Parts: sequence; C-alpha cells; structure tokens
Amino acid sequence: MKALLLQFLISTRQSFKDLLPIILVISFFELVVLQQGVPHFGQILGGGLMVLLGLSLFVLGLQMALFPLGEDMAYNFVRKGNLWLLLLFAFTLGFGTTVAEPALIAIADEAASIAATGGVIENTDEARESYATGLRLVVALAVGCALLVGVIRILKGWPVQYLIIGGYIAVVIMTAIAPDEIIGIAYDSGGVTTSTVTVPLVAALGIGLANSIQGRDPLIDGFGLIAFASLTPMIFVMAYGMLF
Amino acid sequence: MDAIAHFGGTVLSLIRDVLPIAAILIGFQLVVLRRPIHNPARVFVGLLFVLIGLALFLEGLELALFPLGRLLAEQLTAPAFVIGEGAEMIVEFAWTDYFWVYIFAAAIGFATTVAEPALIAVSIKANQVSGGTITVNGLRFAVAIGVAAGVALGTFRIVTGTPLHWYIISGYVIVILQTLVAPRAIIPLAYDSGGVTTSTVTVPLVAALGLGLAETIPGRSPLLDGFGLIAFASLFPMITVMAYAQISEWLTRREREAYSDSEN
Repeated sequence: MKALLLQFLISTRQSFKDLLPIILVISFFELVVLQQGVPHFGQILGGGLMVLLGLSLFVLGLQMALFPLGEDMAYNFVRKGNLWLLLLFAFTLGFGTTVAEPALIAIADEAASIAATGGVIENTDEARESYATGLRLVVALAVGCALLVGVIRILKGWPVQYLIIGGYIAVVIMTAIAPDEIIGIAYDSGGVTTSTVTVPLVAALGIGLANSIQGRDPLIDGFGLIAFASLTPMIFVMAYGMLF
Repeated sequence: MDAIAHFGGTVLSLIRDVLPIAAILIGFQLVVLRRPIHNPARVFVGLLFVLIGLALFLEGLELALFPLGRLLAEQLTAPAFVIGEGAEMIVEFAWTDYFWVYIFAAAIGFATTVAEPALIAVSIKANQVSGGTITVNGLRFAVAIGVAAGVALGTFRIVTGTPLHWYIISGYVIVILQTLVAPRAIIPLAYDSGGVTTSTVTVPLVAALGLGLAETIPGRSPLLDGFGLIAFASLFPMITVMAYAQISEWLTRREREAYSDSEN
C-alpha cells in the first residue's frame, strides 16, 4: 500500500512536468499576446487538477495492468505454439476493441448524415443507420486484419517498411479514384482507431511476441502494429466508399 | 449535480470502451490458453486505475483545456486580431498576417503531444526495449517537434489555400527516402509514432484551430480543412523521429572517431 502511494506520488510529479508545456503555452498566449485575463479561473484550476490526477493514475495503471497483461498473453501464446489461435486472438483484439470505440461511433454517424445529404444513400433513419453500422464494421474489420497481418509479420520477421510503403501507395492510388465525400472520413478513421487503451496493449503484445520468439529483436520486430492499425482503415473505408 | 452526471457519462462510455478489451483478454487467457492470470489483484487494481484515470483526464480536459484552447483559437483567427481593430471581415490579407497563428499552432501542437497518454506508453516501452538507448523524453520531444512543424505547416496551407495532397505526397516521399538511410532499428517505432499522436489531447485542439481558420478565411471549407491538419500531425512525427535517430547515430559516431583519434 505504501509502495503504491509512493509510486503514485512519483507518477504525479512526472505528470505535472508533462502538463507544464500546455500551461505555459496557454498562459503566454492568453496573457501576453491577447492580453486578456483567464475566464472561469476556478473551473479551469479544478479541471487542471483532474487532468493531473487522471494522467498519473493512468500511467500507474498502465504499468500495473495493461503492459503485463499484453506481454503475458504473447508469451503464453508462443508457449502454446498454436499459430491459428494466436491469429484468431490478434484479429479478435483488433476487431473487438474498434467496433465499440466511442470516437468511431461518432464519426460513423457523422459520415452517414454527410452521405445522406450528399445523396449517396437515401435520407431515411434506416438507410443512415445501416450505412453507419456498415462503416463501423468495415473499420473494425480493417483493424482486425491489420493486427493479423502485423502478427504474421512479427512471426516471419519481415521488414515493416515494405508493407507500410506498399500501403501508402495503395492509399495514394485509391485517393485518386475514390468518391470525394469518403476521402476525409477515410483519412480520419485511421487516427480514430488507435485509442489510448488499445495502443499500450497492442505495443505490449508486439514486444512480448518479438521477445518470446528466438531471432526477433523487440525494437525492430516488436513495434509496427500501431502503424498497421492506422493505415488499413483508410484503405478499407475508401474501398467501402467505392462499392456503395 | 450536472458535473457529476456528466462524469458518470464519461465513465460509462469508457467502460463500454474497455469492457470488450477485458472480455477478450480474460476470455482467451482462461478459456483458450487455460492459464490463470498472473497476480490478478494487481491487474484488477491497475485496470481500475486506467479506467478512473482516463475518465478524470478526459473530464478535466473538457472542463479546463478545451474551452480555453478553443477560445484562444477563435480569438487568434478573428478578423479584429489578424487585420487590426474594427475589421469585421477578411477580404484581403497576406499570409504573414497570420504570424501568431503559426506560432500558436506549433506551440500547442508541441505541448499537447508531450501530454498525450498513448505516446507516454509507447515511449516507456521503447525505452525498456532499447535498453535505454532511446530515452523516454528524447522520443517524446522528437514526436512533439514533428507535430509542431506539421500543424504549423498545416495552418500555413489553410491560409494560402494550396492543395493538401502536394504536402502529403511530398511528406511520404521524404519518409520513403529517410527509410532508406535511417538506422534500421528506429523505422518501426517511427511509423508507430505517426499513429499515436492523433489521440485524445491533440486532435480536439488542433481541429478547433483549423475550424477557426477555415471559417474566417474566404474560400475555405471547414469540413475539408479540419481533416487536413490531423493528416499533417500524423505524418511529420515519422520524419522527425527518423531524423532524431539519424542525428544521435551521427553524434555517437563522431564521438567514437574523436575518441579513437585521441588514442592514436
């Protein structure tokens, strides 16, 4: 208990340092450039304390739970030695964490109303609903496939750059032929999928895998899963836009 | 009372976010791998910390940082500030009129990236895995400089109205060229850092800035140009992270050469 409290205090001090640049930038512009006072000072102070406390707790929890969980799982899968189970896990993790992501739900609904006003789909609740659900499933499928391919890459030891650069070329070509309305949404969906909870878990999984397989370097082979997960949704969403 | 209800809503949406992850992990661990979870009490407390921490963090941002950031973005792009007192609309302007906007874009891009929780997580891992060669702060500053440069250039693009794809495609070309010459070990990490930056803190503030600009400058579309900034913010960190590795490799080599020279 005492050790935990000490860790928390260390974490808080570090979080304060992390947040200091934001405080400096905002106060400089507010006080020096625009020469205005800070409105709702009490609310801002309270909110700032919440941010500080929240960030400290998050980083502490990260090291207690998310990192060890991800690495343990990777280690256990390699020990079990069943490739199909590992791939099933990678796909499920990508699909499952993305399909319920609140930011994605918001973007899908927005995309559906843009498509409806643009005349791409009928402007009824039903059509919008099915378009939004379709989009969510497509993005989730894309992230599932990204982790699947990413895990195969770690197992095989392929260099990450060939796959990523190939993916970029696909994005550039598809941007040229996909309908204009979908492009903004497609680019945005890449950023949405990498949520704050998924990133540490996926990073730990990749590094755990690279650590448990002989001949893999955790730095070279362990990273790269997040890059896949933010690339494939762009390709899949543009394909979805071309089909519908 | 409202604040408590709002906080409850945030916690609820986070539980919806975390629940499937927990279900998948525990399901595979217990059913498929048939292994008990290592130190379950600690993991449970840790998950609780993640959940409560993230809820407090998001709620605090909503109370303190976002309103202030949005207000600043609005004021800095307002015609009265850009052109001078009494201006109601922007008809004619030079790109240099937006001087403070570029500075603000770079500063806020840098500051919010340093506080980005997902980036902190990846930096801690990279530090452990590299045996300390990559420092936590070194990586984060490299990424933050990338976001700063990206967002500043992105605002310049909105002001001048030049096409987005020229910038993005040139960026990709630089990334590809750097990939050929950068130290091999940094490449996956550099690619990952592009996806990590566009997360909880940076996106809302940067989007607000893009929106403010696009709304006040004639001929810009808020919908199109808001997206553009985020694309910049995830492209440039790849360049700066690879550059960080190139520079530190060069410095080490120079030091080693200086050392062997003094030996002789």
